[in-house]
Amino acid sequence: MAVHIGLTQFLVVSAILFSLGLYGVITRKNAIMVLMGIELILNAANINFVAFTRYGAMNISGQVVAVFVIILAAAEAAVLLAIVLNIFQQLNTVNVDEVDNLKN
Amino acid sequence: MNWYDITFYVFAILTVVSAVGVVFSRNIVYAAFSLLFAFFGVAALYVLLSADFLAITQILLYVGGILVLIVFGVMLTTRAQKVEVKRGILSVVPAVLIAGIIAGTLVGVLTTTKWPAANLSPYEETARPIGALLMTNFVLPFELASILLLVALIGAVIIARREKARRA
Repeated sequence: MAVHIGLTQFLVVSAILFSLGLYGVITRKNAIMVLMGIELILNAANINFVAFTRYGAMNISGQVVAVFVIILAAAEAAVLLAIVLNIFQQLNTVNVDEVDNLKN
Repeated sequence: MNWYDITFYVFAILTVVSAVGVVFSRNIVYAAFSLLFAFFGVAALYVLLSADFLAITQILLYVGGILVLIVFGVMLTTRAQKVEVKRGILSVVPAVLIAGIIAGTLVGVLTTTKWPAANLSPYEETARPIGALLMTNFVLPFELASILLLVALIGAVIIARREKARRA
């Protein structure tokens, strides 16, 4: 392993994290597990922003964008959990495939 | 192989293994705890990338905020008496196909691309330049983010507090 750690290694970790999050979003039934997959995807995007800030020849704007991504993730988690709690009160389930009242 | 590389590999492997645990764990509580380690690993990667402010923010907001919210959600939506481990899994084959194709494409492109060599700046504190940028170039997104947080706060409270008696 003579390869020195550079931009590529960070981006590969981010790509793996993104794919795992995508897999979780697609396969999970429980809405909270879907939220965990989304958080993984957002983290992967953030690693990309920060890695390009360090290795790209630019200023620190990427980290500022990453701060905004974290803010959005927090707001999104709060709203999604409120919706999930409400669905659980109304329908007694949080499985995304059983909440199909609008189907028929 | 210097200490930087070793640290990177340790935390990258921690992050990826924890993410695998999040995605493949049968038990939702184990998944939440794996998510904790994944967030810590990502914070460590931020430190390696000279983003100290973001690393602290990651730990404060993700571990201290979002993860606590998720654990509360798990607690409130899993019936206490019959602890059913929600092991439902949907459509594995298309998911494996899509995620695998995307992962393969991304990793292939990333490893074959010749990235321009970077002249790395030495580590320096980032809180001050980030704050300066937030107040100058990014002041409109900053204000929008504060409004968004307010809207999300009020909206979440209203949605979550809708009374049970109101349903027909």
